Amino acid sequence: MVVNQQSEDDVDRLFRALADATRRDIVTRVLVAEFSVSGLAEHYAMSFAAVQKHVAVLERAHLVTKEKRGREQIVRGRVDGVQRARRLLDDYEGIWRRRVDRIGDILAEGAGDDD
Amino acid sequence: MTVISSEKDAEALHFRLVAEFDAGVERVWRIWVDRTQLQRWWGPPMWPATFETYEFEEGGRAAYFMTGPDGEKARGWWRITAVVPPRLLTFVDGFADEHGDPVPDMGETTATVTLEDVGGRTRMTMTTSFRSLEQLEQMVEMGMEEGVRAALGQVDALLAEDASA
Repeated sequence: MVVNQQSEDDVDRLFRALADATRRDIVTRVLVAEFSVSGLAEHYAMSFAAVQKHVAVLERAHLVTKEKRGREQIVRGRVDGVQRARRLLDDYEGIWRRRVDRIGDILAEGAGDDD
Repeated sequence: MTVISSEKDAEALHFRLVAEFDAGVERVWRIWVDRTQLQRWWGPPMWPATFETYEFEEGGRAAYFMTGPDGEKARGWWRITAVVPPRLLTFVDGFADEHGDPVPDMGETTATVTLEDVGGRTRMTMTTSFRSLEQLEQMVEMGMEEGVRAALGQVDALLAEDASA
């Protein structure tokens, strides 16, 4: 049986992040173009600090990246990169699962007195 | 023999696999130590691995190639960084050119393997971190039957660039 706690946590974070209308709106915007946090804040009737918190939640859910540029914090959508990384890690896991199967076959051949 | 868990961190490009085998630690250690056994499981069935050099000791080097269905060869190297029999092995893993020399532009990864006794069975934990998405992609291609050819093409392309530079 396979326990994949890491991706379950990721999925939880993803759904929590997207459960909020403001955060969904931020993701939609930063997927199209990069925004500074202050630039984003202009679009919402809330404080800079509140927008910054939303961005932090999205960052933890791997939906956006935040990067300092001068005095600004630039936010970008990062769905593609993370999805690609996930897919590749799944493939890499497959490689090792097949290796583990082959190791198992070798071990099953006997008491291991073949060297 | 079962894979009991895996951890994949797409943000940190970190991978961990835990497997348990119905064999003692000393026995499982030998699938790493013994070149003949290693060759039987490292490469995919259609791309079997041949280790030409295998110095199983701290600071030791390994050079291997995987042979494809049409006789093409994909080459890799290891540098063994820690050996604590029969519990710990760490090595750096990278791509090599046709002479077995490392291709530095392709990057390298460090793998950590630990073995522990769990009531007569053996738990093997394998951990790797990748430095970039591109590197992860190359490692995946090199390890997958359908991908080795693509990885080989990348090595050729890089070497061609170096030659013309």
